[in-house]
Amino acid sequence: MSTENSFLELVRIRKSYGDFEALKGVSLSVARGSVTCVVGPSGSGKSTLLRTVNMLESIDSGAVFFKGEMIGQVVTGGRRVPVRKRQARSQTLNFGMVFQGFHLFPNLTALDNIMLAPVRVLGISRSEARARAEKLLARVGLAEKGESYPNQLSGGQQQRVAIARALAMGPEVLLFDEPTSALDPELVGEVLEVIRELAVEGSTMIIVTHEMHFAREVADTIVMMDAGEIVEMGAPGEVLDQPRSARARKFFTTVSRG
Amino acid sequence: MTTEAKSAHVKSTAEPAVPAGLTAQADMEIRSRRSWKSWVSAAVGLYLVLSLYEFTIMNDRWQWDVIWSYLFSQRIVAGVANTILLTVIATVAGLLLGVVTAACRLSDSRLLRVIAYVYIWFSRATPLLVVILFVFFLAALTPRLGIGIPFGPSFVSAPTNDLISRFTAALVGLSLYLGGKSAEIFRAGITSVSKGQFEACRALGLSPRETYQRVIGPQAIRVITPPLSNEVITMFKNTSLVSVIGFSELLTTVQSIYSRTFETIPLLTVAVIWYLLLTSVAMYLQGLLERRFGRGFDPAGRLRRRPRKTVRPGGGPGDVH
Repeated sequence: MSTENSFLELVRIRKSYGDFEALKGVSLSVARGSVTCVVGPSGSGKSTLLRTVNMLESIDSGAVFFKGEMIGQVVTGGRRVPVRKRQARSQTLNFGMVFQGFHLFPNLTALDNIMLAPVRVLGISRSEARARAEKLLARVGLAEKGESYPNQLSGGQQQRVAIARALAMGPEVLLFDEPTSALDPELVGEVLEVIRELAVEGSTMIIVTHEMHFAREVADTIVMMDAGEIVEMGAPGEVLDQPRSARARKFFTTVSRG
Repeated sequence: MTTEAKSAHVKSTAEPAVPAGLTAQADMEIRSRRSWKSWVSAAVGLYLVLSLYEFTIMNDRWQWDVIWSYLFSQRIVAGVANTILLTVIATVAGLLLGVVTAACRLSDSRLLRVIAYVYIWFSRATPLLVVILFVFFLAALTPRLGIGIPFGPSFVSAPTNDLISRFTAALVGLSLYLGGKSAEIFRAGITSVSKGQFEACRALGLSPRETYQRVIGPQAIRVITPPLSNEVITMFKNTSLVSVIGFSELLTTVQSIYSRTFETIPLLTVAVIWYLLLTSVAMYLQGLLERRFGRGFDPAGRLRRRPRKTVRPGGGPGDVH
């Protein structure tokens, strides 16, 4: 593999839970500044794939490469072994993760949620971290909510804080795991709006989503997965309008009807 | 519901024509309902309070003057001090042991998990009294205590009876007991925090120490404060069990006085009063902890405020006619 022009490469990733093969050797290439939307039916492995990128999910074989560096393992003396914990942590900092269930820290205010990792992991001073956190909150439209605890915020607001928290670490790639699936319908728009702005600004993003209209609008590449495999991959126009495989056609007619 | 019925139901105008009588009733204040049940419970309550008053305060055989004369006497206060000292040190040591045991129970190492499990099993099965006696008579099992290689030479050692005083026996017994009890509480607290919190910490690159210190710990403390306070308060009273080995804490002191003077009831009352005071302090501290770590879980203190009995209607448009 050429190390120069590859940004994020997922190579033949396999993952099984017992007898169930969640990922059957998935390969995916993500260019810097591109938006990749991963779609597909539930249980198709799209969240699992996303979680392998920042090591939340271990892999059985295959590898993730970021800028040519293997993530999570290292090859020394002809053997491939897990990296040291400290290095694993610094590798995760390349990726920012936004979860379906937000996972804000309920014991901390919105501002403290955003400031925690910059202060504790990056060693930024509290005052500087606070200034940056306030800017990020303003960017996601929540400048007034800094002192609120997560349970005082709506789902949409919580998810926007979670996005700000991920951005605060200055990640090179943003990973979204069904960011709007846990939201009431009227709150989906405000979260998608924030992600849309990030796309316009040129962030590299992988978004697992069920929002087809949104995917069509922001994605450079749409990846459709089914049963642990990528069945269709390409520009939104190709994949959504002229799917080649029967499985993809079936899926898209089902979701467009729903 | 049919479409017509639905639309009739939701039909709304700013102020529909309602008979004046209904409007007057609708604007009335809502009060709590008077019921014979509230009178009965008040009567029963009053009866209990009066009987208790007669039984205690007005009861000369309780010998309140004797109680007052002993309450702050030097020996009793020394006993109380010993009780506090024993409780505080044993609690700190026991909770540390509990944290370590809980960490072992949750660790990846099978050996550590089994060791922790066996310890918890023993500490649950053995009455505290037995634990204290065992530690006190440890010399019968091993005349010398030291650190060395099992079955091999020991590097430092001392006679068991020099190390195990009444105080250290009490301390070790109580700590071992609380260690096993609190380990399960700590474990429950940590497992009560959702998996997503751990994942969010990992995704942000937080170290395990930071994860537990800043995120998991504070959330676990909120959950474990009530059961753990229960255990710590029980420790105050459990210290009275060490009277069997003659360590002069509060109850032992009281017993040794009334065995001479036969003022049994007054002196036991003195002990009860002190245990009440100590428990009050512990409960006050529990309240502080709960408030501190309840932040972010109780929107605007709504759960803590007591509901008001009467509901006053807001300034409705009652006079728009």
